[in-house]
Amino acid sequence: MGLFTRRKTVSIDADILIIGGGMAGCGATYEARYWGRDLKIVCVEKANIERSGAVAQGLYAINCYMGMQWGENQPEDHVRYARNDLMGLVREDLGYDIARHVDGTVHKFEEWGLPIMRNPETGRYLREGKWQIMIHGESYKPIVAEAARKAATEVYNRIMVTHLLTDRTRPDRVAGAVGFNVRTGDFYVFRAKAVIVSAGGASHIFKPRAAGEGMGRTWYAPWSSASAYALPILVGAKMMQMENRIVLTRFKDGYGPVGAYFLHLKTYTQNAYGEDYEPKWFAVLRETIGDYVDKHPVPTCLRNHAFLEEVKAGRGPIRMVTKEAFQDPHKETVGWENFLGMTIGQAVVWASQNIDPKHTNPELTTSEPYVMGSHATCSGAWASGPSDYAPAEYQWGYNRMMTVEGLFGAGDTIGGTAHKFSSGSFTEGRIAAKAAVNYVLERKREQPQVSEAECNDLKKAIFKPLETYTVGRNEIVAGTVSPSYLLPLHGLQRLEKIMDEYVGGIGSHYTTNEPLLTRGLELLKMLKEDLELLGAENLHQLQRAWELQHRMLTSEAVTQHTLYREETRWPGYYYRADHPKLDDANWHCFTLSRYDRHSGSWQLEKAPVYHIVD
Amino acid sequence: MPTFVYMTRCDGCGHCVDICPSDIMHIDETYRRAFNLEPNMCWECYACVKSCPQNAIDVRGYADFAPLGHSVRVLREEKKATVSWKIRFRDGREKDFVSPIRTTAWGSIPSPGELDAPEAGALRNQELAHEPQSLHIEGGLPALSPGQLKRGAA
Repeated sequence: MGLFTRRKTVSIDADILIIGGGMAGCGATYEARYWGRDLKIVCVEKANIERSGAVAQGLYAINCYMGMQWGENQPEDHVRYARNDLMGLVREDLGYDIARHVDGTVHKFEEWGLPIMRNPETGRYLREGKWQIMIHGESYKPIVAEAARKAATEVYNRIMVTHLLTDRTRPDRVAGAVGFNVRTGDFYVFRAKAVIVSAGGASHIFKPRAAGEGMGRTWYAPWSSASAYALPILVGAKMMQMENRIVLTRFKDGYGPVGAYFLHLKTYTQNAYGEDYEPKWFAVLRETIGDYVDKHPVPTCLRNHAFLEEVKAGRGPIRMVTKEAFQDPHKETVGWENFLGMTIGQAVVWASQNIDPKHTNPELTTSEPYVMGSHATCSGAWASGPSDYAPAEYQWGYNRMMTVEGLFGAGDTIGGTAHKFSSGSFTEGRIAAKAAVNYVLERKREQPQVSEAECNDLKKAIFKPLETYTVGRNEIVAGTVSPSYLLPLHGLQRLEKIMDEYVGGIGSHYTTNEPLLTRGLELLKMLKEDLELLGAENLHQLQRAWELQHRMLTSEAVTQHTLYREETRWPGYYYRADHPKLDDANWHCFTLSRYDRHSGSWQLEKAPVYHIVD
Repeated sequence: MPTFVYMTRCDGCGHCVDICPSDIMHIDETYRRAFNLEPNMCWECYACVKSCPQNAIDVRGYADFAPLGHSVRVLREEKKATVSWKIRFRDGREKDFVSPIRTTAWGSIPSPGELDAPEAGALRNQELAHEPQSLHIEGGLPALSPGQLKRGAA
């Protein structure tokens, strides 16, 4: 008699199920209700939507706003910007789609009560940069969550979704999802006619710079546990550009943002000896990547590259020159409030080390890599484009539907749409939800059938770590070392070490090659087998166990994609030392993968890139 | 440690448990008060600190890189719609900041289900809720023509 047999099962039927109540999920919930007045809209979240997702602690800027009403930018301009920054490879149809809608989203945020700063001279939103506007965003997420709560039929907080369900007779048709309540331990089965995955991207798949207590101070939230990818991967959805991880240049240790510092405060970087180090490295870069280095603004990865080379040459630390700007009291206030609004931990670091940027130029660093889809990177699911202009190869159904029927995505989940940030993610949730409402209504509310046997099997698998721990714990006196189980932290640290050493983390200067990646895959396979023996002492650890499973599968995808793309497309994000040049002749394309959960094998292929005519 | 809880101030109300995005604030079974059970998964997001009615939760910077003696305190007042900060450096210097957090009443956002229903047929076009008015531009929602996209190399 296993422990799972006594567990309560809660079954919930929905027309549209939204998994993850961050920015994208809240946007999806809102829009689904607008178009689907009598539909049952259910949003499920592993934390509490009031403060969940990447915007939980707030933001000090909205980084994706066109300003079409003032003729500041047009959607095409944003597409060109994202394309240049990602070295030529973005889904321009999807990016344009977000850009044409995003202003309407931001105007709603302001109407709902989000304080957006204004330029006193022009009356327009105060620009931090060409695309960024400044906000007092401490309550950005609570405001957006309020809109979602008003819209949803039901919001389920504290339920960790572990797997999607597919139709009993049609494995290419989504039918719902399962998970567990992290407070009660109840098993949840959601049946739905359409599912929107709007979960978080991936922190903690590469070893972080701070490996002790500070391992939580990652750039992306520690609760971004790669569910955005693992959920669709497990049901065979095609993924794109999973090799396109991001490395961030940030203030040291706290990973405080530099955007406002560069763009609004006009601070700049220099090496330990007060020199501007970037131009000389850009000149060398021309040999490996050609004229991509001449783009304006210089792509994010290439600025990282200059930083890394200068540090390797022994002229670190690299510092942000703040002393001049911070003499202006307004700029000093902006500099501090920028952190208090979105990365409080950086203010804690500076207070603890007596760093006042008015008197000290603070150090910068480059972060460990992250996999996500909404910043200067665009890993994620391969999705169908907008029907009014997307090329035929990008259209197989409804907008933002993946290659699994009825399965939609938004935010970090959807690949190819870099630089959507918070406002673009919310907007993409809206786009996906309208399409999902269409999908449900056009099928006359056809109800897919879930397999009872599959649900029972998943129930056993989901709660197994509790049983493994309970049984194995009796073998040992005390402590964390057992021959019969691994704790979630053990598995996480092994995963991070493998990814760091073999797939291009900080420990290897972001460099890898085919032999390293091949060996990495062997070690990942053994880890995956060992994760069958995860032990969880309680429900909190059970959540950590499933977060780790999601990170594991995502890491496998990242490694497979990195192996497949035989070039160095984004120096400064990672390097294939065996293919050190950018190779447009062979690799000006997307990489796609599909996972077969039965055999555990991956299939990779190329897909064409379409550009907007300039 | 991110966050920690003062024994004499916490009354075990559980607001922090309810709000923590990382699920690391829990109630200690012996003392019936909250504590951070996994400091190395704390983002220092301050969601729990802001939610505590007793001001019982504080932050001590991560031990691996933050010297002791600092503090960053916050007071979030929904009724006043402000958030106030006091930063204290290790050497005693202090800085104070106050920001607005909301311009409308809490709970004032209407449900989209209560708004006028969209016209039949609007579901099939490209416009999202409130468009095109919400874009604040003439000429409606921008669009590309299919011929504007061309296939790239490789």
